[in-house]
Amino acid sequence: MNLLGKLSWSAIPVHQPIIMGTVACIGVIILAALAWVTAKGSWLYLWREWLTSVDHKRIGVMYLVLAMLMLVRGFADGIMMRTQQAVAAGGAQGYLPPEHFDQIFSAHGTIMIFFVAMPLVIGLMNFAVPMQLGVRDVAFPTMNSISLWLTASGVLLTNVSLAIGEFAKTGWVAYPPLSELQFSPGVGVDYYLWSLQIAGIGTLLSGVNFVTTILKLRAPGMGYMRMPVFCWTALATNLLIVAAFPVLTALFAMLLLDRYLGFHFFTVNAGGNAMMYVNLFWIWGHPEVYILALPAFGIFSEVSATFSGKPLFGYRSMVGATMAICVLSYTVWLHHFFTMGASASVNAFFGITSMLIAVPTGVKIFNWLFTMYGGRVRFTVPVLWTVGFMVTFVFGGLTGVLLALPAVDWQVHNSVFLVAHFHHVIIPSVLFGCMAGYNYWFPKAFGFKLDERWGAASFWCWFIGFHLAFMPLYVVGLMGMTRRLQHYDVLSWQPWLLAAEAGAVVILAGIVCQIVQLVVSIRAREQLRDTTGDPWNGRTLEWSTASPPPAWNFAMLPHVGEIDAFWAKKQRVHARQERSVQRREYEPIEVPKNSPTGFVTAFFAVLTGFALIWHIWWMAGVGLLGAAVTLLCFMFRVEDEVEIPAEQVALFDQSHPVEISL
Amino acid sequence: MNIAVGVDDVHEGELVNTSEAGPAPKRIVVSYGFWIFLLSDIVMFSALFAGYAALARATAGGPTGSQLFNQQTVAMETAFLLLSSYSCGLMSLAINSRGYFGTFLGAGVTFLLGAAFLSLELREFATMIAIGATPQRSAFLSAFFTLVGCHGLHVAVGLSWLVLMMIQLAMRGFSPVVERRLHCFSLFWHALDIIWVLIFTVVYLMGVVP
Repeated sequence: MNLLGKLSWSAIPVHQPIIMGTVACIGVIILAALAWVTAKGSWLYLWREWLTSVDHKRIGVMYLVLAMLMLVRGFADGIMMRTQQAVAAGGAQGYLPPEHFDQIFSAHGTIMIFFVAMPLVIGLMNFAVPMQLGVRDVAFPTMNSISLWLTASGVLLTNVSLAIGEFAKTGWVAYPPLSELQFSPGVGVDYYLWSLQIAGIGTLLSGVNFVTTILKLRAPGMGYMRMPVFCWTALATNLLIVAAFPVLTALFAMLLLDRYLGFHFFTVNAGGNAMMYVNLFWIWGHPEVYILALPAFGIFSEVSATFSGKPLFGYRSMVGATMAICVLSYTVWLHHFFTMGASASVNAFFGITSMLIAVPTGVKIFNWLFTMYGGRVRFTVPVLWTVGFMVTFVFGGLTGVLLALPAVDWQVHNSVFLVAHFHHVIIPSVLFGCMAGYNYWFPKAFGFKLDERWGAASFWCWFIGFHLAFMPLYVVGLMGMTRRLQHYDVLSWQPWLLAAEAGAVVILAGIVCQIVQLVVSIRAREQLRDTTGDPWNGRTLEWSTASPPPAWNFAMLPHVGEIDAFWAKKQRVHARQERSVQRREYEPIEVPKNSPTGFVTAFFAVLTGFALIWHIWWMAGVGLLGAAVTLLCFMFRVEDEVEIPAEQVALFDQSHPVEISL
Repeated sequence: MNIAVGVDDVHEGELVNTSEAGPAPKRIVVSYGFWIFLLSDIVMFSALFAGYAALARATAGGPTGSQLFNQQTVAMETAFLLLSSYSCGLMSLAINSRGYFGTFLGAGVTFLLGAAFLSLELREFATMIAIGATPQRSAFLSAFFTLVGCHGLHVAVGLSWLVLMMIQLAMRGFSPVVERRLHCFSLFWHALDIIWVLIFTVVYLMGVVP
C-alpha cells in the first residue's frame, strides 16, 4: 500500500532544463507576489474584498485577471511551437524533444480555449450583464463565486502538471484510442480530464446562473426587445453552455471510467467505439465555438453603436441572427470530421448546414457596417479592435466556408490550413472582442481610462503580427504540411514557417504593449480619471452609475422605457424636457453577504483532482468530504444577505454625482 | 360588476407586459434556476443515452440485454419510483397547507420507496456482476452500468438531500428558504422519474426486443 499512489520524486522532470527553468521562474514570480502582498499587509483585504467576494463585478475582474495570466502562458506555448517549427527542418531537430512538443501543443489548445477564452467572455459577462440589465447582482451570487474558483482550480491543476508529472500528449481534443490507458499510460491525460471536469462544472453553474439572471432579473420596463445586444448574446451563449457542457461532462466521465475502471466506451477491443468520442466531443465543441464568439459579437455591437453615436443598425435582425446562430451551432458538428467515413449525403447535409451559419454571421457584419456608416466614428482603442475584427474575421470566415465543402475538406483535413483557419476566426472574434471589451469597460471597473497610445500600439502589433503569423500557414497547409509536426523534411516549408515565427514575435510585442498600457495607465490614473461615470457617452445602463460602481450598482433600480434607455434619457434631459436629477428617497438595500464557500470548495476540488490524478485514494476521500462539508455549511448558513443602510447609500450617491440618473 | 367596464378602468400604461415587470421574486428565480439546472442534467443523460444507443449491440460476445434483464425486478423498481413521485406530490400538498405531519409522512414514504428502488437496483447490479456481466466485460455493459448507475447515483443524492431537508424543516420550520428548497427537491425527484421512464423504455423494454 503506497500512501502517495503513483506519485514519487521521479514525477518531477529534473532532467528537462526548459521545464525546470520555467518552473523556477514561475516559482520566483509567485513568491515575489506573495511577499509583496505580505509586505503591504494586504492579506486581510485580499481575503475580505476579493477572494470571498460574491459581487459580480469583482468576480468578473478576477476572471479577467485569470484569463490574462493564462494568455501569457498559452502564448508562451504558442511561440515555443512556432520557434520549434521555424528551426526543426531537414537535419536540424530543434530544441524541443517530441514528448515535450506534444505536451506543449496539447496545453496550448486546452489553455487557450478553456482558461483564456472562457474566463475572458465569462468575466466580461459577469462584469457587464447585471449592470446592463439594471439590477444589483446575478441570480445566485455565491454560486457565481463557486464557478470562478472551480475554473481557477482547473487552471491550477493544469499548471501543476508542468512541475509534477506531465500534461496530455494527445492534442487538446484527447481523441481515443490514443488517450486510452493502453496508449497513454502516464498522468498527462488524467491532468487534462480532471482539470476540465472541475472547470467544466464551474462553467455549467455560470451558465445556469446567467440564463436565470437574464430571463428573470431585469430592471422594470426592460422587456426582451429592450435588452442591450450584449445581454442577448450573453443569453445565447449561456443557453449554449447549459445545453453543451453537460455533454462534455458525460463524455469525460466515460473516458475517465475507461481509464480508471477498465470500461470499454472507446477502447479498441470489447466493442468500444472511438468515433463516438469524436461525435460527442464536437457536439459540445462546435457550440463551444459560438459560446466564445457570441459575447464578442455582443461587445462589437455595443462598441460600434457607442462610438458611432448611433443606435445599432437592425437591432431586431441582430437579435434574430444571434438566436439563429445559437440554434444552428448544434447542426454542424460533423464538419470537424468529414473524413470519418460517413456517407456522401451525411457529409453534404453537414456541409450545407455549416455554410448556412455564414448567413446570420453575414447579417451581423452588415449591421455593424451600417451602424458605423454615416456615424461620427471616434477611433478609440475599442473601435480599432472592432474594425480590425471585421476586416480579419470576414476572411477567416470565408476559409471556413471553403472547409465546409466536404470535397475540399478531404484535401486539407488536419493540415495547418485548418490551424490557420480556426486561429483566423477565433483570434479576431474572441480575442479582439474581449480586448475591445477590456478597453471599453475598464473605466467603469476602475474609474480611469486606459492609455490610448499604448492601446493602439498593442492593437497594431496584434493585427500585423496575427496576419504575419497565420497567413503563411494557409500556404504551407496547401503545400501539404500536417498539424502538430515536431520536425519536417520538406525544406521549402521553412521560409513560410520563419515568417510565421516573425509574426509570433510581433504578437509578443503586442502583449508587451498591453502590459505597458496597464502599468502606464495605473501610474497616470489621476490624468485618466473619469468622474462622470460615462466616459464614452454610452447608451446602456451600466454608464448611468458611478465608476467604479458601488456594491449595490444602482441606488434605485432604473425604469426602462425604451431601448438604449440611458441614451434616450440623456437626450430628453438635454432637450430640457426633464430635470436631470430628481429628489431621491433612499431605502436600505440588501446585498449578498461575502462567502468563503467558493474558495474553500475549490481548495478541496484541487485536492481531490490532484489525488485522483495520482491515485492517492485516501486524499481523494478527504477532498470530497471537505467539499461536501463546505457545501453543507453553506446549506445550513443562517443569513446570506447584509443590509446597507439608506444613509450609506445616500452618502455614496451624493458624493459620486452622476450627471444624469434614471 | 361588468368586466368590460373593469378593463376600461385600467389605464393603458398600467398594463405591464410580463417581460417588463422587473426582477422576479426570489421564489420564482430559485425554481427557475433549478429548472435550468435540471435541463442541463437531462442533457447530460441524453449524452449517456446516446452512448448507450451506440453501444447497445456491442456485446463483444458477452451476455446481451435479453439474457440479463429481469422484467419482474424492473417492474417493481418502476412501481416504487412512480409511487414515490406520488408521495412526493402529496408532500408538496402538505407543504402548501403548512402541515408538519403530512410533510414528514410524505417525505418518509418517499424516502422508503426511493430506498427500496435503490436496493433493488443494487441487487440487480450485484447479480449481474456475480455471473461475470461486469462493466469491464463489453462496451454494452459499460454503457449500461454508466447510464443506469448514473440515475441510481442521482436517486441516492436525492435521498440524502431529502434527509437534510427534513432536518432543516425540524430545525427551522416552514421558512421561505426551506420551502424553496423542498420545492426544488420535488422538481428534482419528478425529473428522476422522467429519466427512469426513458431508461425503462430504451434499456429494459427495447433491450429485450430480439
